[in-house]
Amino acid sequence: MLDRRSLIKGAGAGVYALGTGIGFSPLEALALDTVTLPFENGERPLVKYPQKRPMIGLTSRPPQLETPFSVFNEGVITPNDAFFVRYHLAGIPLSIDPDTFAVEIKGKVDKPTKLSLQELKQLDAIEVVAVNQCSGNSRGFFNPRVAGGQLANGAMGNARWRGVPLKTVLDKAGVQRGARQVTFGGLDEPISDKTPDFIKALDIDHARDGEVMLAYAMNGQDLPVLNGFPLRLVVPGYYGTYWVKHLNEINVIDDVFEGFWMKTAYRIPDNACACVAPGTAPKATIPINRFDVRSFITNVTDGARVKAGSETPLKGIAFDGGYGITAVAVSTDGGKIWTDATLGQDLGKYSFREWQLPVKLAAGTHEIKVRAVNRIGQSQPSEPLWNPPGYMRNVVETVRVTAA
Amino acid sequence: MTRTHVLALTAAASLTGMAGLDLVAVDAKPVSYELPAESAALKPGPNLELVQGNCTGCHSIDYIQTQPRGPQFKKDFWQAEVTKMIKVYGAPIDERDVSKIVDYLAATY
Repeated sequence: MLDRRSLIKGAGAGVYALGTGIGFSPLEALALDTVTLPFENGERPLVKYPQKRPMIGLTSRPPQLETPFSVFNEGVITPNDAFFVRYHLAGIPLSIDPDTFAVEIKGKVDKPTKLSLQELKQLDAIEVVAVNQCSGNSRGFFNPRVAGGQLANGAMGNARWRGVPLKTVLDKAGVQRGARQVTFGGLDEPISDKTPDFIKALDIDHARDGEVMLAYAMNGQDLPVLNGFPLRLVVPGYYGTYWVKHLNEINVIDDVFEGFWMKTAYRIPDNACACVAPGTAPKATIPINRFDVRSFITNVTDGARVKAGSETPLKGIAFDGGYGITAVAVSTDGGKIWTDATLGQDLGKYSFREWQLPVKLAAGTHEIKVRAVNRIGQSQPSEPLWNPPGYMRNVVETVRVTAA
Repeated sequence: MTRTHVLALTAAASLTGMAGLDLVAVDAKPVSYELPAESAALKPGPNLELVQGNCTGCHSIDYIQTQPRGPQFKKDFWQAEVTKMIKVYGAPIDERDVSKIVDYLAATY
C-alpha cells in the first residue's frame, strides 16, 4: 500500500519518493544539483529516479547511476535506494508483471523448466551479504584515461540478498552430462537487432556451487526495478557484469559461450595482476572474474581539516573476492608506518568489512592511506595497475588531510 | 500537511496526467516505471544533425559528454569509438558519414 504521507512529502519537494514497488509516476527532468567527481571532466548531475535517492547521473539512456560516496559511511549495508545502477542496453523493461514473470531453464537439461516467481519463493531460500561492484568502478581515475563509463568509487554496494540457489533450479531441471557452461539473459534488450544481447556465462561447477543465487529480495525488500526486479543473478565475489538483472533465461550449454559480452567484452589481461604497461595491449585475455582486494576510508574525505593533537576517529570499509578480509592497516605518514585497524562485525566473506582506528595527527598536512589483506594473502598495490578497459582498480587509497 | 504540499501534489498529479493516485498505486499491475527525461544535449558544431541522427538511437548524449577530454582524446579516440559502435554494436552508420561524425566529436568534445 502506498504511503500517502511520503508521496505527499515527495511531491512537495518536487520529486516522487515512492516506497512501494508499484505504480511509479512519471518524473519531470530534474536537475537537483551537480557534483564534480575528482578527475578531469567529472561534473555530473545529481538525478532523481523512482525508488532512488538523488544519485550521481552518469548516463540516462540506458540509466547508469553512481552511489554518492558518503553513503558508504552511513553503514555497512548499502540501502536499496542508494544502490548503483548499471545497464548496457537501452531496451530496459519498464513494465514488469511479477504475477506472470517466469524464469526458463533450458538447453542441456532433462526437463526444460519454467518457474514463476511464486514457485521460486516456495523453494528453500538462502541469504548472503555480498558486495556487487562494477568491473569499471573507479575507471575515471585511470591514468592514462580510457574510454568507457567514467566512474568514481561509487559503482559498488553491499546488500543482503535473498533467493534460491541456482543449483536448486538446475537440479530441478536435471543438468545433462557434458554440460560445460550456463548462460544467463534478462528482460533488457538492445534497441537494434544488430547489437549483441546482454548474455553472460558461468562455468557449470561455479553455477552449481550452491552460492550463486537467483535473488528476489535485497535488504528485506523486493529488488528495486533498476536493480533487476523481480529476479537477478547474484554471483558472490564476482564482478557485477555477471549479476544479470531481470533474469528470465538460463541456458545450459555443452560448450564455452562465445557471445560478445564474454568473448570480447569484459576481458582482463591473462596474468597475475590483470595489468599491462600503461598504453599497451595484453597478449592474452580471460573473462573478468573475482574482485581484487579494496579498502576505503569513508569518514574523512580528501582535503578535509581535522583538529591537530586530538583523537581523530578513522573508519571505513574493505572487501575482496570472497576469501574474507583478515586485516586492514592504516598509515598517516604516506605509507611508511602502518597500524592495524580494528575490524568490525563479520557479516560473511563476501560482505564489506568495516574497520576503525583512532589516530592523533600533529599540525600539518598528512597523507592517510588504507590497505587490506585477505585470507589468502592478497592485498593492494601502492601504485595503480593499468589495463585497457579500465577494470579492477584497487590501488591503496590516499586521503590528504590538514590538521590544525 | 501544509497548503503548499497539497498544491504541489495537485500540480504534479495534473502534470503527469495521474487522476486517482491511490487507485494507481493499489491496483496497478504490472509494475510500471517511467524514466526521467534526458537532459544532456549535443553541443553546437558542424554536422550536429548527422551526429544526432546516428548516435542517439541507442544511447543518450551523456555517453559522449562524459568521456575523457584533452589532446589524447581527439580524432583517433573518436574514430575508435565510432568504429566500435559500427563493428561491435551494429550501428547503421553510412560509411560516408563516419568522418563527419568523427570530426564533429573531435572538434566539439
